[in-house]
Formats: sequence, structure tokens, C-alpha cells
Amino acid sequence: MEGSVGYDNDLNLKATELRLGLPGTEPVSIVRRNKRSLQQVADDDCGVNGCKSDDQNETAPPPPKAQIVGWPPIRSYRKNNIQTKKNESEGGGIYVKVSMDGAPYLRKIDLKVYSGYPELLQAIENMFKFTIGEYSEREGYKGSDYAPTYEDKDGDWMLVGDVPWEMFITSCKRLRIMKGSEARGLGRGV
Amino acid sequence: MEPSELKRSKDSPNSDESTRRSSFPDEVLERVLSLLKSHRDRSSVSLVCKDWYNAERWSRTHVFIGNCYSVSPEIVARRFPKIRSVTLKGKPRFSDFNLVPENWGADIHAWLVVFAAKYPFLEELRLKRMAISDESLEFLAVSFPNFKALSLLSCDGFSTNGLAAIATHCKNLTELDIQENGIDDKGGSWLSCFPESFTSLEVLNFANLSSDINFDALERLVGRCKSMRVLKLNRSVSLEQLQRLLVNAPQLAELGTGSFSEELTFRQYVELESALSNCKNMHTLSGLWDAKGIYLPALYPVCTHLTFLNLSYAALRSDELAKLLAHCPRLKRLWVLDTVEDKGLEAVGLNCPLLEELRVFPADPFDEEIIHGVTEAGFVAVSFGCPRLHYVLYFCRQMTNAAVATIVQNCPDFTHFRLCIMNPGQPDYITNEPMDEAFGAVVKTCTKLQRLSVSGRLTDLTFEYIGRYAKNLETLSVAFAGSSDWGMQCVMGGCSKLRKLEIRDCPFGNAALLSGLEKYESMRSLWMSACNVTMNGCRLLAREMPRLNVEVMKEDGSDDSQADKVYVYRSIAGPRRDAPPSVLTL
Repeated sequence: MEGSVGYDNDLNLKATELRLGLPGTEPVSIVRRNKRSLQQVADDDCGVNGCKSDDQNETAPPPPKAQIVGWPPIRSYRKNNIQTKKNESEGGGIYVKVSMDGAPYLRKIDLKVYSGYPELLQAIENMFKFTIGEYSEREGYKGSDYAPTYEDKDGDWMLVGDVPWEMFITSCKRLRIMKGSEARGLGRGV
Repeated sequence: MEPSELKRSKDSPNSDESTRRSSFPDEVLERVLSLLKSHRDRSSVSLVCKDWYNAERWSRTHVFIGNCYSVSPEIVARRFPKIRSVTLKGKPRFSDFNLVPENWGADIHAWLVVFAAKYPFLEELRLKRMAISDESLEFLAVSFPNFKALSLLSCDGFSTNGLAAIATHCKNLTELDIQENGIDDKGGSWLSCFPESFTSLEVLNFANLSSDINFDALERLVGRCKSMRVLKLNRSVSLEQLQRLLVNAPQLAELGTGSFSEELTFRQYVELESALSNCKNMHTLSGLWDAKGIYLPALYPVCTHLTFLNLSYAALRSDELAKLLAHCPRLKRLWVLDTVEDKGLEAVGLNCPLLEELRVFPADPFDEEIIHGVTEAGFVAVSFGCPRLHYVLYFCRQMTNAAVATIVQNCPDFTHFRLCIMNPGQPDYITNEPMDEAFGAVVKTCTKLQRLSVSGRLTDLTFEYIGRYAKNLETLSVAFAGSSDWGMQCVMGGCSKLRKLEIRDCPFGNAALLSGLEKYESMRSLWMSACNVTMNGCRLLAREMPRLNVEVMKEDGSDDSQADKVYVYRSIAGPRRDAPPSVLTL
């Protein structure tokens, strides 16, 4: 508790000041939190907080983030569990190249950012400024000249959307938006 | 049955003690009273007259002590000679959020020493927020030959060595429930300490621990404990191992899975699903760490009869939750992470009409850049679909007064309303007004309200409402709220049933503190930290109310006259003698 006292008192005054002001005069935030220091709150005992908060002051170009001890009110046990999970899943995105027939250069996207096909296709449409069309199992992508395809682990070119999403992102090596007659041929039976 | 029997005996002629004694032998009274389980009823009974006080104390087998410092073990042992089960709570609740100094106290050992002498046949010990060392656990394990149930919730000070002692020595153990503790996890070998002849375990919860346990030992243990009904595994147990356990324990009523994410072959998946579908008694499911959406369908057979689903360690998306909930029509209690977002909560409203309790935890509580999570819309959606909702814990980043008004209109039966708008002092994000009307609506509409946690920008008006309308309120938590002493005074003056009040970072000072002078003896405790209370105010309180313990925790470097953290509680044991130097008893 020793180290965080300065911040606690600071925040008290600020909190009082703000309440005397007009409603809606929301400051940048009464609370300015820093993920790193709060993890330390969860992990270490009070004495360490002092050292860590000093570090924060030195490193932050945006307004130095103060921490509020014990806020939001979540038990250390729960905080630690969530942090662990986040760190595990943060181990690198899945970046794949995206090419579009006729485009001068390729793009790269992180498949992990999307939660499913609709989001992914929307993003690609925005990126290359075109429309993909309606997906159906029987006929592939109808209604436009384009078809999204991907190269899988075996080196085969597959139509995007046939397999479950999780399986897709682990097997997709690169994406290619096919255009024209090649595209129209896809999904209509070979 | 018991209340009407009691009523008859109460209605009998109000004669003197001797008449009563001859017409109603002590043994009969004790027998009748032994059927009373509720400790509140028992407290009422003990106040009727001396005979009843004695009959009650001789027939009581379970004692509940909400604040371990309100009484001493000697006093308890003197009054209740036949205790077999003890529940003890220690530190103030804000210790969960690192607001209480280390070594604050609430050590169980002194209690165990008295119990070993006075209650050698002690069977159950349930502790919350107590400090317990390995030595104490070992002492416990060898001192009570009949010991059956140990439950540790939010405790600290011990390691897995202590658990090993329990496993080794407690031959009659039926329950080992280790939840959310600050454990020094030295490895999983403790589980192998249960002897091969040991078969009585009914409840085993080690979800809190992180290290690998010896799976073979666990498998054999589960296989031979045929009465096991609660099994909560830790993250190190894999899906494949889970399947092997379930095959031998289809009778389980409560299951906490381990990690729910490894790659399974199709055959393994089918076997898991089959094992789960054999668990016809299962009503509670938790764990599900790192749950992968693709494996959730294995749970569907169990979901049909689930009443409690705890997904608070599984970061599910809205579509994943929706698909799962479509199979959970009987759900009464649901805990989720806010990764499910408002859309996920809409699915709750659509699929779970019997829902009584909802808890939504934040997946990223400290990251301000996150724009996901849940909003007022999700809460409103649940309220439309779940009229029986009476317990809610909701972490969000935005809320409106109108939304809360709608919510309580849909669900007027709230008994526990805990709303945490995570940015302190945040107003209604649409109107920019304080959230006073929101909580006003809650207390006006929900007449059964027992517990309330407020948040957002709040003026004294909120507390006027609380004081005026929340007549059944027992527990109130306040942070970063209020404008002046008047707010707290309203609460102290109006909430006649208030038992626990915890306040942090509010502009309440000595006048507010002292307005509760008459009230604190009828409460369990008061906590005030980072408010405007001074040492003099605390000294005055201590002087006026000798039966209260007034403790102040000072922080280094703070003003000498400020009382940084104040903890006030009633006690018949007098000031405590085990306080660390940072805690001053006035």
C-alpha cells in the first residue's frame, strides 16, 4: 500500500473537484489505468507498487497513467486467470497474403482478428473495393465476378467458406480473389 | 413444521419459569429446537427466555460467525458445547481487491487450538477470507478424528503441503473444497496422499490450483469414491482425461472441467460426448477454460438439465454462447465473460426464461481501448426475457438511467443488484446526467432488495433514495460517489436493516461517520477508505461506543490526522490483540 498512497490522495482531490464541476465535464479519465502495473498489483504485495508506479511516470509520453488500487472490483484470482489466457492467445496473429487478380500489389491480413467468414469477407471487400456475392454450399459465390479462394496446407486451392472457421484459419496459407471465368467456374461442379 | 410447533409453545400461557419447566421438559424443547437450522431463527429463539436460551445452546450443532473478531473462540466454546460444524469469515470484503494490508489478521490457529480442546468431534470447517498456515492445516488434520468437510474460500497463507496433510490424515473426509485462494502451489503430489483405502470423498474442488496432478492417482480416487457428486478439476486436466474420469463417475451432480481446448480426434470427441450424456444427474457445470467453440456441442446432452452454468473462464463469442444456450432451457444461474457482448445476452433473454441469476465479468477490465464488452442493451435484453431474474452482477462501460428503469420494471424482484460501471464517476452516457435516477428506480421498485452495489456518477440524491426506499437493504457497497456527508447520513438514518456498509473514495467525513453512532452496534461492520474521515472523528466514535472496535489502517506518507482506512465492527471480545503495527485500534 505504501507506494500507491500518493496516487490515491491525488485521485481523491481530483474526484472531489470533478464532482463540484458541471456534469459532463468528463476529464480524460479520473482513472487512468495501466495494464502492466495492475497485473503487478495482482501478483505482488503492496511494497512493489511503489517501484512500478515510478517507472510508469518515466516511460509514458501520453499523460502518465495512474492506477486505482482495487478497481474495478475483481478478485485477484479472476484477474490472474484472465491475464494468463490473454497472454497465451496473444502469441502472434495468423498473417496471410491476399492477392486479387488484376491488382498491382498484394495485401496481408491477420486471420485471428476476425471471428468468422462474414467479417473476413467484409474486410477483403473493403480492402479491394469490390463485392463478393452470396455464398451457398451448392453454387459457391453467386452474383459477382469474384470468388474468394485459399491455398490450404496440402497446396490445393479451395473455395473459402466450405469448412468450419477454426479449421479454415489453421489451414489457410494464402488467399486469392479469383476473377472472371475462372471464378465463375468454381463451385459449379468441376 | 418447526415454526408452527414453536408458535404453539410460544402461545402457551405466559406463566412463570417453574410452570413452564414442568409442562415442557428441557429435553423436549431441545429436541424441537434441534430441528431448527437457520442461525437467525436460532438467535431469535435464544432471546425468548433463559430456558430457551439454554435449550438452544445445548442443541446447536452448527455455528456461523460472520466476523471472526466479533467474538472469541473461548466465548463460543463456553456458550455452545456441542458444535460439530463451524463457519467463519475473517477479513473485510475489500481485502479481495488488495485494499487490506498484508498480515492484517484473521488467523484461524487460535480458533483451532480451542476447538481441539472443546470440540474434539468437530466435523466441518468452512472459512472465508481467513489466514491459514500449513501448520494449522496439519494441526487440523491430526486433531479431529471425525473431521469430514473442509471448505476454504478466498483464504491465504497456505500451500499444497497443507492439503497433503489433510489428504493423508483425514480418514473420514467427505469434502475438500478449495476455492479462489492465495495458495502457494508447490505441485500436485498432494492428491496422491489420499490412501488407497480411502473412499468417502463426495466433494472435491481443486480448480484453484495450477500445477499438474498425478492423473492416475486422481482416476483411481474418483473410481473408488462412489458417492462423489461434486468434482471440479483444474486447468491441467485435459479433455481426454476428463472423459476417462466421467466414464467412472456418471453420478456426478456438479462438474468443473479442466482445459476444454486440446485437439481431439473424431473418435475422442464422440467418446467425450457419450461420457457426458451418461451424466443424468448433472445440474452444475463450470471450468471450461479456453473453451473452443467447436467442442461445445459435446456438452449439449448435459445442457438440457443444467441449472447452473459457469462460463466465466471461457471467452466465448456471442454466436458460440447463443448456440450453447439454445440447449439450456432450464438454466437458473449463468456466469459469463463480457466477450459474449450484447448479442450473447440477447440469446440469454431468448433461451433462458427461468433465469434467476446472471453474472457478467469483464474479460479485459483494465484496458481502456477496448470498445467491446457489454452495454446497457444487453442487460435490458435479458430483463425482457427473464422476469424471474433476482440476482445480478454486471460489469459494463456504459449505462443509462432509462435502461435501468426498464430493467427493474421488467424484473421487480431483485434481491441482489450489483452494477459496476467500470469508469469511476461516469454519468449516463446519453443524457450526461448522474445515475441517481437509475438507482432510485431500483430501490423504489425492488422492495425485496437485500444487497446493492452502486457505481457511476452519483450525487447525494442516490443516497436519499436509498435511505427512503431500501427498507430491506442489508449490504451496501459504494465507490467514487456522493457529494457530501448528507448522502451517508441518509443511508444511516433510513436503512433500518443495514448490516454491512463498505465505502471507498467518497466525500463522506466525520459528520457522516458519527451519524451512524446508534446504528453500528446493530451492524456487522463498516468500512470506509479514502474518504474524509479524520483520526479525531474515529477517536470520538471509539470513545462514545465502547462496544465497537474502531480500527484505522494508516498508509505511509499520509497526513497524520487523516484516517485512511477505517474498519468499525461490533464485538463482545473487546479490541483484538493480534493486530499488525499498521492497524491502530482506538
